[in-house]
Amino acid sequence: MLCGGTGCISGGSLKVKNALTEELIKRELQDEINVVVTGCNGFCAKGPVMTVYPEDIFYEKVTVDDVPVIIEEHFIKGRPVERLLYKEPIKKQTIPLMRDIPFFNLQVLRALRNKGLIDAEKIDEYIARDGYQAAAKALTEMTPEQVINELKRSGLRGRGGAGFPTGMKWELCSRVKGDSKYILCNGDEGDPGAFMDRSIMEADPHVVLEGMIIGARAIGADKGYIYVRAEYPLAVHRLQLAINQAKEYGLLGENILGTGFNLDIEIYLGAGAFVCGEETALMRSIEGKRGMPRPRPPFPAQKGLWDKPSVLNNVETYANIPQIILNGADWYKSLGTEKSTGTKVFALTGAINNVGLIEVPMGIPLRKIIFDIGGGISKGRKFKAVQLGGPSGGCIPEHLLDTPVTYEDIVQTGAIVGSGGMVVMNDLNCMVSVAKFFLEFTTDESCGKCPPCRIGTTVMLDILTNITEGRGKEGYIELLQDISQDIIATSLCGLGQTAPNPVLTTIKYFRDEYESHINEKWCKTGVCKELCTFYVDEEKCKACGACKRVCPQSAISGEKKVPHRIEQSKCIQCRSCYEACKFDSIKIGPRSMREKLMETTDQEALKEIYTAAIAAKEE
Amino acid sequence: MARLTVDDLKKIKEEYKSTLTLREGGSRAKITVHMGTCGIAAGARKVMEAVLDEINKNNVKDVIVTNSGCAGLCSKEPMATVEIINEAPVKYVQLNEDKIRKIFKEHVMEGSAVQDYALVVGSETAY
Repeated sequence: MLCGGTGCISGGSLKVKNALTEELIKRELQDEINVVVTGCNGFCAKGPVMTVYPEDIFYEKVTVDDVPVIIEEHFIKGRPVERLLYKEPIKKQTIPLMRDIPFFNLQVLRALRNKGLIDAEKIDEYIARDGYQAAAKALTEMTPEQVINELKRSGLRGRGGAGFPTGMKWELCSRVKGDSKYILCNGDEGDPGAFMDRSIMEADPHVVLEGMIIGARAIGADKGYIYVRAEYPLAVHRLQLAINQAKEYGLLGENILGTGFNLDIEIYLGAGAFVCGEETALMRSIEGKRGMPRPRPPFPAQKGLWDKPSVLNNVETYANIPQIILNGADWYKSLGTEKSTGTKVFALTGAINNVGLIEVPMGIPLRKIIFDIGGGISKGRKFKAVQLGGPSGGCIPEHLLDTPVTYEDIVQTGAIVGSGGMVVMNDLNCMVSVAKFFLEFTTDESCGKCPPCRIGTTVMLDILTNITEGRGKEGYIELLQDISQDIIATSLCGLGQTAPNPVLTTIKYFRDEYESHINEKWCKTGVCKELCTFYVDEEKCKACGACKRVCPQSAISGEKKVPHRIEQSKCIQCRSCYEACKFDSIKIGPRSMREKLMETTDQEALKEIYTAAIAAKEE
Repeated sequence: MARLTVDDLKKIKEEYKSTLTLREGGSRAKITVHMGTCGIAAGARKVMEAVLDEINKNNVKDVIVTNSGCAGLCSKEPMATVEIINEAPVKYVQLNEDKIRKIFKEHVMEGSAVQDYALVVGSETAY
């Protein structure tokens, strides 16, 4: 590992890298020893610095002349070169180094390689980071077949959610004969909690254009559209600037880079419907029609936009392509697993310490993402579930957190990798309400064309609403599962086919919550207002007054040193007291308890009800 | 602007690489304010204005001020990266006008990083 930060580069680290590579080839060690250039390690004053693995030996101030010595002594004879070993400085560095912080050291930036680094509005800065080199390579040195082959070998799969192999999609379209074809980009990111594509379009718009140029070359398209949500004004602005700059430079338009290849790209603002992210609906929307899916086949590769052969890829997919063309399929495959290669970008949100945008090698366990990169659950609460894949995905519980993030493994849990939204939930979340939230979203966004999705999701939402409002009946869980199977089997597009997933996974992993909602009319997290009673465990109450201060209804009484009590007729179940209590003395009981409490005014009787409830809970 | 050839692309790459890496061009330092939607929503524009104000007030000519997209840690925005030539970049988090002014004075002008606001030293990407 050789440092390629700015400090080390001005110290000559790239020359050292070249010398290392040459020398390794000379000694035929290139297959055994990999030279990798990394980001800045923070030891610039000692640069160029280099780390040798697996021993983790750290060299400082390495020069070209040291290279043969290091190879001879260390790599061949196994004796580290003393003279170059890193010496601890007297004054300790007090700001942590990137390699010591899991948020940074577990990430590998490929699609996000320019994030936070270049000015997105300056094409020259993109070019300085190897920008448009891959397009030039694809246009001048490679045939369309070679481009497609490289992509197929790389194993890259559609990052929009479905995970269809990109190379295969391109190949299908390239084989179709047609006078005009279209290359399309899907920037209609709509999953709640997802912002991967927005960040790429905002931080590095040219990489999307370059990916599209390469795709157009592969399938033989001369016209492209980027379909972006109108709700992403900054992304639209920067993409438009990027298109203008690329046109000025002759990187878009006619005769690109003097190669005779033509490609024009336009932005199309999204119509504001979630279903427009579905490929056939997206194409209808660009045609100016109402965005509704249509049955496949014919597949868009044969008959897509305006019935011409078309390829649609997601923003993040395009962002991976220039690097694959430049560095080759083998480089790309070197990360990830056999069937899920490379890296994936995730938008980490919810009850987690480090909310942010991350890129990790495929195959990393969910636990590492949430607890190492994400820094664990915020406010010291307990992890409950992680939601992957938005309204099409599902909730994964604690005991499955060691599942590696690959397309195959995540599907086994009932969720999907999806486009990359990762919403972390803590013990304050009611899983029935979470399922209801996602179903409200899909019911709202269902385009209405096919009855299973239109009617099915509405019926499911009705049932869920009944359950959360205390009208749940026995058999509802099975009914939900039945309807789900029908919707999955008979819906026209991906929206309907995946809409029941949040319900199915929450039933699968949190069935006890559904049961307590239905049978005991009890939402143990206190989210469903009609299904809970808040009361104080008077044994545990320290009478600190924290709950009293936050109660918006002034429903809590009790002087100092006297256990507090909640007056049920005033309580609106807002849960503020529960969250404020530091001694775990606010308890949540079933709805029936509230009625009992309201019927009696006798202090001793009240106390008995509390004690009985707590005793029952402890059993 | 002229239409590029493949060779022009390489020329631009070399030319701007030195600006990006502060190697040439006479600049001593670079301040990058991360201005994705998340940064702007958290107040990055005010941070940017404060930086530009400091540059003007102190009549500084050898510091590049630029903006860039999301740095990845949305919950710690606004963020900025300060890089002094031949030193490792430092990422600052949860900034406001006052904090960035202090960073400008102590780190950019006087050369010692402000530990209280710094998250990490180093960069994720190789040039």
